Amino acid sequence: MTAPIAGGVDCDLHPAVPHLTSLLPYMNDYWRDQVTTRGMTDLLSQSYPANSPITGRADWRPAKGKPGESVDDLVKHALDPFGASFGILNPIYGVQLVFSEDMADAFCRALNDWLVKEWLDKDARLRGSIVIPVQSVEKSVAEIERCAKDKRFVQVLMLVAGDMPLGKRHYWPIYAACERLGLPVGIHAGSNYHNPPTSVGWGSYHIEDYVAQAQAFQTQLTSLIVEGVFAKYPNLKMVMLESGFTWLPAYLWRLHKFWRGVRMETPWVDRAPAEIVRSNIRFSLQPVDAPPDSETLNRLFDQLQSDELILFSTDYPHWQFDGDSALPAGLSSDLVRKIMIDNPHATYARLKDPVAKETTP
Amino acid sequence: MNMQFRSGPQQDNASAIKTAIADCDIHPARATASELYPFLAKRWHEHLEVYGKQAYQGMMGGPPYPKAQPNASRRDAYPPEGGPQGSSLSFMQKQLLDPHNVALGVLNPLNTGQGIRNHDLSAALATAINDWQIEKWTSKDSRLKGSIVVANEDGPAAAAEIRKRAGDKNFVQVLLLSRNVEPLGQRRYWPIYEAAQDIGLPVGVHAFGFGGNPITASGWPSYYIEEMVGHSQCQQTALASIVLEGVLEKFPKLKMVMIEAGFGWAPSLAWRLDKVWQKLRSEVPHVKRPPSEYIKDHIWWTTQPMEDPERREHLFQVIEWVGWDKLLFATDYPHWDFDEPSRVLPAGVSDDNREAFYLGNAKKLYGIA
Repeated sequence: MTAPIAGGVDCDLHPAVPHLTSLLPYMNDYWRDQVTTRGMTDLLSQSYPANSPITGRADWRPAKGKPGESVDDLVKHALDPFGASFGILNPIYGVQLVFSEDMADAFCRALNDWLVKEWLDKDARLRGSIVIPVQSVEKSVAEIERCAKDKRFVQVLMLVAGDMPLGKRHYWPIYAACERLGLPVGIHAGSNYHNPPTSVGWGSYHIEDYVAQAQAFQTQLTSLIVEGVFAKYPNLKMVMLESGFTWLPAYLWRLHKFWRGVRMETPWVDRAPAEIVRSNIRFSLQPVDAPPDSETLNRLFDQLQSDELILFSTDYPHWQFDGDSALPAGLSSDLVRKIMIDNPHATYARLKDPVAKETTP
Repeated sequence: MNMQFRSGPQQDNASAIKTAIADCDIHPARATASELYPFLAKRWHEHLEVYGKQAYQGMMGGPPYPKAQPNASRRDAYPPEGGPQGSSLSFMQKQLLDPHNVALGVLNPLNTGQGIRNHDLSAALATAINDWQIEKWTSKDSRLKGSIVVANEDGPAAAAEIRKRAGDKNFVQVLLLSRNVEPLGQRRYWPIYEAAQDIGLPVGVHAFGFGGNPITASGWPSYYIEEMVGHSQCQQTALASIVLEGVLEKFPKLKMVMIEAGFGWAPSLAWRLDKVWQKLRSEVPHVKRPPSEYIKDHIWWTTQPMEDPERREHLFQVIEWVGWDKLLFATDYPHWDFDEPSRVLPAGVSDDNREAFYLGNAKKLYGIA
């Protein structure tokens, strides 16, 4: 392992909603009644079955309840050991899986308000991501505008696999709002399962779904780049969360080659894909899909041809590494500083903003 | 590619190919729609004329994403006697086989009967296209070898077609496409793998195909370039399915060729598979070894479209992982993204590796003396 340095930013932490009923205090009477009288169950996504080894590292699991349920545990397991000065919370809860935009809207509002009260108010280092009801672009924009008043929200969160490719013009009002409000869009592993979880259909196993996240990120990058999102919103940053990054060099070689061949189809893509990635796209560190030898890893960083792309993450409580080895072996001290401090601060402009407590309306 | 705006950096054009090569991805075409009729029962002629081939996509004719060029093929590849690109043996000889010194050309017919919803028609077309490969191509030029096209969604029919061709030296592999109704590791495709293993032929999985699934896990994208790039992601998930369903454990002698989907992604996919398998192997007890070992032992890769990083050492790093003994040179003739044999490999490759890359690996895999 490489030793962490103090003052870093952990860009991918997962606070668990204990149960759908935990959100009831943050819903209006109508939705409280809906949840209760219809007997709705906990919104657990197949992307992260509660007892899957990936979902919670064994030594981070509480005696009772879901991994990532307690602020104290998160501080003890993730923030303190790595000396983080900020931790960005990305709640992964099944609110994106529902089909009704009204229900999604009510649940997202509740989830965001829950995050403020149960997490952001409890530790000054914590920052949040705004979960949006992507089922409706209009409602998503409204939720972003509502939450963005609280400067502790530093990002908007979407899943990598949803109803449509993320570059589609349909979603652009969301990106316009994010650019205007200085919020990067975080795209996290996981599917809403409205499409088969792989691009060749439904597999048999959880492990297939998890492996296929990397391919889903690749197709989303293609969509975001070729639809022209970053030509339209040049100051918009996007962060691929729990995406892996070792696939990036070979992916870009292929995209670049075809872009040279058929760029007449998307003439607004006026920069090479790799340049667009370097200016607008970032990746969380974990999982590091590479063998644990420093030579391979440094070769991969050389292939990336940039030291600005990767942002430190533990992916707590997901099991990506053992012990304190959040930083893979062999990283130079310059690169560690970039990954832990400089790159996250360059990405999340709002980390600089002074925050007043409880500013959410 | 034949449409490059500039030549890639560090390409050494002095290393022109003078020795014989294998071209492991050639696409032979029919000059007319009725060219297959002599190989099809009369009922299917009528069926095709009335109902056509209904694929797992909506267009009756032509692809859902319009190609960059007609038939996705080179504009200079139209035969002088007429017909689409790739439909004339004499012109293929003149434009590809003779000038590039192709000693072995592997035919991969596309737009056949794969990916269509009527499985009886699919099987009839597969048999017809195989007979047509012999009649029009392999019997006329001994450099050319066919691929056994099968009704991909009908395991028993596909297996019967494969067994029927056992020992027939006109064929060197079984052909599947990457996109099907289900991921390729699923049991419905196992009769194909079993039959291929039994008759000792590799299974080639060519990028493309229709199975009704959106080409991304997030639905249908807008552009042809997304489909083209997306084939590599489809191939990755298809290969992951093959490994994680235990196909290569069940059929330990099976060899597979990943055709036209790139190979640069292979190390990263294998590392990810290994890493996740360490944690989740209790879900897939039939996967007995680290996934990367199955990939290294069982998978070959055709080269076109050749990985083209700015710095050649990055290419060599990937090949080092994949193995110089696992790459099969291919041009993709007559498609527009043709790889010119004298230009694909940068300078700095040993003579042995160069020979393996261009010819030796293919001869060995396909059993050509």
